[in-house]
Amino acid sequence: MGLNIDYEHLNQELKDTLQKARPAPPSGFVMAKLDEAIGWARKYSIFQYPFVTACCGMEFMSVAVSHYDIDRFGAGMPRFTPRQADVLFIVGTINHKQAPILKRVYEQMCEPKWVIAFGACASSGGFYDNYTTVRGADRIIPVDIYIPGCPPRPEAVLDGLIMLQAQIQQEGYMNKRRALRKQGFKELHGQH
Amino acid sequence: MASTKTSAPVAFSDLLSALKGRFGDVVLAHRSDFGDDTVVVQRERWLDILQFLKDAPSLAFNYLVDLTCVDYFGQEPRFEMVVHLLAFESGKRLRVKARIPEEDATIASLAPLWRSANWLEREVYDMFGIRFVGHPDLRRILMYDEFEGYPLRKDYPLKKSQPRVPLLSPEREEEEGI
Ligand code: SF4
Repeated sequence: MGLNIDYEHLNQELKDTLQKARPAPPSGFVMAKLDEAIGWARKYSIFQYPFVTACCGMEFMSVAVSHYDIDRFGAGMPRFTPRQADVLFIVGTINHKQAPILKRVYEQMCEPKWVIAFGACASSGGFYDNYTTVRGADRIIPVDIYIPGCPPRPEAVLDGLIMLQAQIQQEGYMNKRRALRKQGFKELHGQH
Repeated sequence: MASTKTSAPVAFSDLLSALKGRFGDVVLAHRSDFGDDTVVVQRERWLDILQFLKDAPSLAFNYLVDLTCVDYFGQEPRFEMVVHLLAFESGKRLRVKARIPEEDATIASLAPLWRSANWLEREVYDMFGIRFVGHPDLRRILMYDEFEGYPLRKDYPLKKSQPRVPLLSPEREEEEGI
């Protein structure tokens, strides 16, 4: 039994369907590169882990609650487990005794993750320069944004947060993912 | 604030003679500046003297306000224990000191008399390396166990730190080649 297929007709039909499925965007839609869309979504849904050790914590509270309201920038949700957090806020003095704890908290956070050093102590040790204090949290873990001040003004904190958002926006999710995949592949299968 | 004192504070001279009557010449020095009475006593009788100050009904220094240590680096004897006492009943305060030589940095523990001495003495041990004889649990309290040396001794290097995790950038000693 032979089949009599009209290939020309089918071809035309497929073309039409595709045309219909991909119309020009009607108003109300936004077209964007996937990278940008993901960056945009990420920077406004920051779950923070506040690692609060000292007096800067007071200023952190003032930023976090209604006066300055960090939630306006999409970072209002503190998580008290690092596994659910995107941004680690290091708020206050880090001493050598607790350095292993901070490092472990950082390691428990899932990618993607960012770190903010909040205040002079977290950024550089501040005026503490002796046997107790780690002179800057970046001696233990990588830090993305440093907020100066002892303690920083809430406006400075928000400024730092906006800088971090800019960084998150242009980080390029797809590129990073590709790079990580390549790296993972290399680790699994050797260099070749 | 209304006074709640129920007995008159003992005069400093009476306190000194009470100590002399009980122990002989244990008070090596004493002074009284601006109402702060201080006695420096022999280290060997430290526990007995403090026990007496606490238990004698006329003195009754029943509250240990503070216990700390001073490093007079370069002097002999090098260390000085400082204890601040308060008598709740009379409101009288007293400072008791004893010098400790570096070669034999030990003194009797006051933990049997005041339970609060337990942690205070651990702090002094942690910071100055004074060993308290008779202490129930003489461990570091502020620094971590791996820490070497006693950071509040004047000969501990000012900027020397002892990191517990590998640092991503070098410490001051390496940076400056100290
Ligand atoms: S930077 Fe200043 S306010 Fe903040 S933790 Fe250090 S000393 Fe405290």
